[in-house]
Amino acid sequence: MISFTLHTFSTVSQKLFTFEFMDLTPIWLTLKLASITALILLLIGLPLAYWLSKGRSIAKIILEAIITMPLVLPPSVLGFYLLLAFSPQHGVGKWLQQVFNVQLVFSFQGLILASVIYSMPFMIGPIKSALQQLPVSLSQASYTLGKTERQTFIHVLLPNIRASVLTAVILTFAHTLGEFGVVLMIGGNIPGITRVASIAVYDSVENQDYSAANAYSLILFSITFVMVISVFVFNKYKAKSPLE
Amino acid sequence: MISVDIEKKLKAYKGQQVLKIAAQFPAGSITKIYGPSGSGKTTFLKIIAGLIKPEKGKIAYDDVIWLDTADKILLSPQKRKTGFVFQNYALFPNMTVQQHLEYATDDQQWIKRLLILGQLETFTEHKPEYLSGGQQQRLAILRAMAIKPKLLLMDEPFSALDPKMKAEIIAGLKSLWNELDTTTLIVSHNPQELEGLTELEIRL
Repeated sequence: MISFTLHTFSTVSQKLFTFEFMDLTPIWLTLKLASITALILLLIGLPLAYWLSKGRSIAKIILEAIITMPLVLPPSVLGFYLLLAFSPQHGVGKWLQQVFNVQLVFSFQGLILASVIYSMPFMIGPIKSALQQLPVSLSQASYTLGKTERQTFIHVLLPNIRASVLTAVILTFAHTLGEFGVVLMIGGNIPGITRVASIAVYDSVENQDYSAANAYSLILFSITFVMVISVFVFNKYKAKSPLE
Repeated sequence: MISVDIEKKLKAYKGQQVLKIAAQFPAGSITKIYGPSGSGKTTFLKIIAGLIKPEKGKIAYDDVIWLDTADKILLSPQKRKTGFVFQNYALFPNMTVQQHLEYATDDQQWIKRLLILGQLETFTEHKPEYLSGGQQQRLAILRAMAIKPKLLLMDEPFSALDPKMKAEIIAGLKSLWNELDTTTLIVSHNPQELEGLTELEIRL
């Protein structure tokens, strides 16, 4: 009995550490999703955070509240509404299907859009906060030298918030790695298309394949841990905790 | 000639006070603006530079209207291009001394002259955090002068300089102002400061 258990344990361990039984597609799909999401959010986030950091207005308060909602809403609620919105049967989803032949539900494009919405506060928050902490006289000095707002943003503001931008990118990437509820609602569990690592963990547990679940979890944990550590290393220990 | 006639509400500890100034500054003149803390000295300079908008008023530089609230004319700070020395220096933490000046001008000869005037020739590769308070203040002055301004607005510009350095810098600046025919407004909280340098003064 003992010898049988030891043999089984040894076989599972061996398989676990060589990943020989594993389908690595969910891992690659997750990394691809997180990279694209972080890139899109960086491009959207920089101008949006800049705009939000300047003054207050009712429109800005409402938009900021909408951007922040994914932080407090259960992911399944967000996923449910996105599912309704992008359903090919009605509304935006029907229009996209008819005009562009694009189906967002149960597709990788849909996952990207959902991830962009879901992870947006993690990109906007640190960048906006960093911009607000810069003295307003920096921009003013640049304007008196004849520089436009765009030149000022690129040459003066952006270089002085590099650490926060890096934190925001890594946080967004890491957060996308961990998505589950929204991804499941919008993408389902289609191997090679929408079956990302977090879904694969759940699926493996459902099938009582604990070795695979453990392997996927270990990889996700390792990547996320390395990313968070790298924030501190890149910022030469100056960076605050990403959650501050 | 710069003519200014403005009105701006100032936030005070209790209630509000109104900054009301009507003045003219001949081309090439040097004017001292002094008054107690909170009297609106910095606000006045920022209004002229186009960084703050007053409730009412008109500012004209020769024949060009910079501001006219009645006609809704408001020229941007970029178009006014006044040299501005900020009280807190407003140096760019990411740029070296050389990069500060190159951000303002492409004229390398002019940059060399300014570096000599500010005695910063040996600090060109230093970023602000590695400069002393006096060096930072000199860099702020040089950066404002780098654009060869027709109008220079200086907010407590010599507060961190020792008397010898201050005298040397002022002598060098006066020569540049004469050369460029620069109109200069200098804010100071101390009425005795800058005696002999300024021809006109305004008390707020």
